[in-house]
Amino acid sequence: MVHWSAEEKQLISSIWAKVSVEECGAEALARLLIVYPWTQRFFSDFGNLSSPTAIIGNPKVRAHGKKVLTSFGEAIKNLDNLKGTYSKLSELHCDKLHVDPENFRLLGDILVIVLASHLGRDFTPVCQFTWQKLVGVVAHALAHKYH
Amino acid sequence: MLTAEDKKLIQQIWGKLGGAEEEIGADALWRMFHSYPPTKTYFPHFDLSQGSDQIRGHGKKVVAALSNAIKNLDNLSQALSELSNLHAYNLRVDPPRFPLQFLSQCLQVSLATRLGKEYTPEVHSAVDKFMSAVASVLAEKYR
Repeated sequence: MVHWSAEEKQLISSIWAKVSVEECGAEALARLLIVYPWTQRFFSDFGNLSSPTAIIGNPKVRAHGKKVLTSFGEAIKNLDNLKGTYSKLSELHCDKLHVDPENFRLLGDILVIVLASHLGRDFTPVCQFTWQKLVGVVAHALAHKYH
Repeated sequence: MLTAEDKKLIQQIWGKLGGAEEEIGADALWRMFHSYPPTKTYFPHFDLSQGSDQIRGHGKKVVAALSNAIKNLDNLSQALSELSNLHAYNLRVDPPRFPLQFLSQCLQVSLATRLGKEYTPEVHSAVDKFMSAVASVLAEKYR
């Protein structure tokens, strides 16, 4: 089980309080599809993904980004039981969606960059360390039920 | 592959740093050592405390190399040739894509904290591709 110090938990919640789940979720997912275009393969029914502008403005991308980050919010409420929290989602990503878990790491890193660009200097090296740890652990939990 | 548009974006964004390049180099390195402790294993001879002269000095070197690469985007292989030899034969850092992946992430976070919205998805994509290209060149001579 992952150990979270009091300081880490505090850093996570204080940063999370500043996050607009809708904005950051939409932006993170859009960046995933733009920076790593092969990830578009999972979203073939999302309509127009032909350019960065199209992706950023795409309502399905925005809605799905919000969904993904809302789920992240659940992880933050359940830091001491991430594997349990993500058990069903892990099975879904393996059995139905067939997503290579490497993509969870990519999205995690992108989320960290989105936070950095929104928070500027407030996203200190200590914040980054805590959030890199968090996205890594979430990615791990999502991959846990793969078989 | 870096498109003409990518190259333009990279040169533009590097141009916006207005002398902060060295600070960014030191910041990126410090973030990397802090977020990815295994990267410290390549610097046992360094004082790795925050703000150390050695981190500042090394950050400056890294950024100078990247600046040089950015001036020579059409011929990265040649521009980075010396560094490529160094990494393959002397430093023997574990396949560059891993530490470079961590350095790339931390450099991008450092850029994003300073540039905010100007670190657009298009710029993000171009810089990510550039760092990947640099990593490939540095790995060329490993075996």
